[in-house]
Amino acid sequence: MIYFNNVTKKYRDDVALEDINISITQGEFVSIVGHSGAGKTTLTKLILAEEFPTMGNVFFHSTDIHKLSSRDLTQFRRKIGIVFQDFRLLPNKTAYENIAFAMEAIGKDDQNIKEDVPHVLELVDLTSKASHFPHQLSGGEKQRLAIARAIITQPEIIIADEPTGNLDPINTNDVVNLLKKINDLGTTVIITTHNRNVVEQIKKRVITLENGRMVRDDKDGKYML
Amino acid sequence: MVVWFATTRTVNICYNILMFLIKMKRVIVSGYRNFTRSGFTSLASILVMTITLFVMTSLIFIQAGLNSALNDIKEKVDVTVYFVSDADEDSIQELKEALGKLPEVREIFYKSKEEALTQFKERHSNDYLTLQALDELGENPLGASLNIKAQDPSQYESIAKYFENENALSNGTLMVVDKIDYHQNKLVIDRLTSIINGAKKLGLAASLILILISVLITFNTIRLIIYMSREEIGIMKLVGAGGRYIRGPFIFSGILVGIVASIVTIIIFVPVSIWLGNQMTDFIGINLYTYYKSNFLQLFIIMLGSGVIIGSVSSIFAIHRYLKK
Repeated sequence: MIYFNNVTKKYRDDVALEDINISITQGEFVSIVGHSGAGKTTLTKLILAEEFPTMGNVFFHSTDIHKLSSRDLTQFRRKIGIVFQDFRLLPNKTAYENIAFAMEAIGKDDQNIKEDVPHVLELVDLTSKASHFPHQLSGGEKQRLAIARAIITQPEIIIADEPTGNLDPINTNDVVNLLKKINDLGTTVIITTHNRNVVEQIKKRVITLENGRMVRDDKDGKYML
Repeated sequence: MVVWFATTRTVNICYNILMFLIKMKRVIVSGYRNFTRSGFTSLASILVMTITLFVMTSLIFIQAGLNSALNDIKEKVDVTVYFVSDADEDSIQELKEALGKLPEVREIFYKSKEEALTQFKERHSNDYLTLQALDELGENPLGASLNIKAQDPSQYESIAKYFENENALSNGTLMVVDKIDYHQNKLVIDRLTSIINGAKKLGLAASLILILISVLITFNTIRLIIYMSREEIGIMKLVGAGGRYIRGPFIFSGILVGIVASIVTIIIFVPVSIWLGNQMTDFIGINLYTYYKSNFLQLFIIMLGSGVIIGSVSSIFAIHRYLKK
């Protein structure tokens, strides 16, 4: 469903990604690993059309993501759930409202929101924190909330950029298990990480980046750097 | 088939209207929450907006005061035609009627010999010597006079010239005119006219500049506040919210700032206008508190309107650049 076709991305003269060819199919759980600066984040930004490739194309099904109009881009982003290392929750909204906002944004009606939000809060074990603001939550709770927000709209893909980067091992474990559970329910998950334990816990496809080049693409997850 | 088509169409329209209402509700609720939850920031923008509205209202007050003061001065400018003491009543009435037909003339007051004497005696009621001298004279030495007020101070010149134009009046009439005090007053009147016009122009220019400055400051404050929210806007975009849906709450917050600021300003002006009314009434000729009370609704609408427009327009401009992809 996502195809990288000879993609190169340069920031001025610095090469962030060079000649990347990746094909990701529906229902896969892909871990993208590499050191800092290897190009992991650039890769996710290209999928979200936050950045444009210098050369090559990125396709979602058969549409070139970077040729979408801003209106179509909004529609496209609704099919993707995103989780960030720094959570990126809306600071002025409670946990409940953060999730509800994602549903409101895509035009769900109030009835739907009332039914689905508590359900997802329960899934990520935050029912008791529904009326807390992000600054009142711990790192692990924030990330679970971010995941809840990402999945509430039932996206086709979840993209998680270093989702465990700011978490301790126990919270990391929770988050990885949550993502696995979501993947088991049929959603494609793409995760970037440089945490060996995370990769070995997932035990799925691993793509290794080094200095902007794809150096390995293993079917069964091994962390080799 | 046709019925089915018609029904689905109606259902579609109903659905669209419903969705629009739901979105409106969400925008308002979310804008209100943004406003109440970002306490200090909202307070800061209300403060700046209040200052802007305060400046605007002050300028309206200053204009009102200036106008009233200028009118007061204008009232005091006039031309008086003095008649010789033995002028006959008919000639004076003839002149008065002729003057009344001039377009520049607003009002003419006739003061007869007797009235002039009574007023003179009143004015000098403490001045025994003068009164005694008057008594010794035996007859009334004062002449009748016509006091002429023009529509506009600049027109006194042409009224005075009227008397120099002998063709306009029969000789008999001109004979009875003793003197016209215009030429003595000319310098003062000219100077006043130019001061009045200058003050008006200056007042208007100063008002416009001050208003422009304060609007720019408010605009900048709101821009800074939205700048602080740029990350939030980015998140909303990534979550899939459309431009209008992101913009809505910010604009509504801006409108709320305008509303609250205008209410604060209108309240602040109650004690201010009472104080000004006590201090300045003699000086400028109107009581600003009375002025405030009688124009309350109008002033409030001006403030509310300006507040809401400044708040919403600056929000729209400020958010525009963060919405581009």
